[in-house]
Amino acid sequence: MSTTTLTTAHREAVRPAYDARPAPTPTPFHRLLGVELRKMFDTRSGAWLMASIVLTALVATVAVVALAPAQVLTYDTFVAAVGLPMVTILPIVALLSVTSEWSQRTGLTTFTLVPHRGRVVAAKAVCALGIGVIAVVLAAAIGAVGNVVGVSLAGVDLAWDLGAARLAAITLATVLNMFIGFMLGLLLRSSAAALVGYFVYQFVLTGLTALLAAAQPWFADLQPWVDFNFSQGQLFEVVPSAEQWAQLGVSGFFWLVLPLAVGLRLVLRSEVK
Amino acid sequence: MITIENLTRRYGALTAVDDVTFTARPGRVTGFLGPNGAGKSTCMRVLVGLTPPSSGSATVLGRRFADLPDPGREVGVLLDASAQHAGRTGREVLTLAQRTMGLPRARVQEMLELVSLSDEEAGRRVRHYSLGMRQRLGIATALLGDPQVLVLDEPANGLDPAGIRWMRDLLRTYADRGGTVLLSSHLLHEIEVVADDLVVIGRGRIVAGGTKAELLARAGTHVGVRDREPLAAALTAAGHTAHPTGDDALATDADPAIVGRLALHAGVALHELRAADGAGLEEMFLELTADTQRETTPTRAGAGAAA
Repeated sequence: MSTTTLTTAHREAVRPAYDARPAPTPTPFHRLLGVELRKMFDTRSGAWLMASIVLTALVATVAVVALAPAQVLTYDTFVAAVGLPMVTILPIVALLSVTSEWSQRTGLTTFTLVPHRGRVVAAKAVCALGIGVIAVVLAAAIGAVGNVVGVSLAGVDLAWDLGAARLAAITLATVLNMFIGFMLGLLLRSSAAALVGYFVYQFVLTGLTALLAAAQPWFADLQPWVDFNFSQGQLFEVVPSAEQWAQLGVSGFFWLVLPLAVGLRLVLRSEVK
Repeated sequence: MITIENLTRRYGALTAVDDVTFTARPGRVTGFLGPNGAGKSTCMRVLVGLTPPSSGSATVLGRRFADLPDPGREVGVLLDASAQHAGRTGREVLTLAQRTMGLPRARVQEMLELVSLSDEEAGRRVRHYSLGMRQRLGIATALLGDPQVLVLDEPANGLDPAGIRWMRDLLRTYADRGGTVLLSSHLLHEIEVVADDLVVIGRGRIVAGGTKAELLARAGTHVGVRDREPLAAALTAAGHTAHPTGDDALATDADPAIVGRLALHAGVALHELRAADGAGLEEMFLELTADTQRETTPTRAGAGAAA
């Protein structure tokens, strides 16, 4: 141990004098992208989240083949079954990528190696976007295999009932979902609080507004305009009409864009301790 | 080179850092000394851009930290060894920093060897690290980019005596190569063996600063005397300080020669008379920081802050 220490120390000692060194080049953005992507999956929690996605997607596909009635054995069903676990779990990856800088205090290192928080946050956002898109591509591919295998096992006709426009809408919905996680991470900057926030936002709130809409007709009319979960959820089902795009824009502004802007401001300004 | 000028950081009514000015020079280890909560960490966080200052400025190598193109390759920073993701391995923590700085991959192994973390330890998750191992990992991260300035906040915390010795040698070698080291501690004896310059902070204000030799000289004279009262009176009458220390000793700012003459006139027998050394510095440290507490408690802490 001591001999290796000495030799390394010696090598350090014969480096050129500091004054003679050229100034380093600025950190390029693609390097940050690579590092931030790696950080999303190189922790124990990151590994478990990935494992749980693979596992549930597998279980979902098998369950569809084994349990679903023959008439719903279509491409749409398979993509939905494979995609659902990803859509639910991947936003947590985006969320934790922001909160862990504070909760695990890695921000002390991250923001001293890159003292421009905006660049780090931008790299994380691009990663969240990329992961959302890749998730849909993967779901579409695995769903296609499931469809072919499942249908041949069940002995029914192949049904490719999911066109490019639907897949594009699903991709947008998935990316928006990623940014819900990302937004909650920026806004709360605490893993525990943001996770609770995520489940309330995605599940509790969805149930409550559905109940309210069922009980109160005035809210049922208003819901698509004020309930982002609802207007965003529609993207998984249909290619939106002009009105549905408008509903997505209005509800999304209040439930995603505005809190995202507030969260961004907090992250850029708050102290890292 | 680190330059802190008139730096002030307020939190509401509390002034954590109050008009602090000092420099840490190349080729020297600068010890940043003060009790817990004195403002050392806040000062260092402002220096590396994690905390915005209320007023004043802090520069490294003549630039604001945020203006350094690739800070890790010019300034190595260790603010808190525990601030690492518990679910990452030590090697992964270093790999992330190595990739951020675009360094060759072999650099990670070099650093692990330099801080004596074995392959098995490097493969463990940081959750299972002792504080000493975290400090070694943190120092490895700070040194990874071969920076010419090091900023270390309480790096000796949790290190065993051999570890402290190792770090001292490392920092000494580093400064002798022309590097600048700023190292904080609340323990004087950790710092006085390695630091060339000292900056003492108490309650957010600089209370003393200079080379260690200067401060040791200022630490005054140690007088072993059984009959303390007459000598203390004589010293005070001659315009010097006199504080009782230990059972039968006085600390004074008077030269040994003056003390000897006064003792002769007062007819007091001395059994020891010498320049105060590290113990004197310790005494001074406690006194200086205690003084700032007494001074600032009744008045508003931020009353003297420069705008």
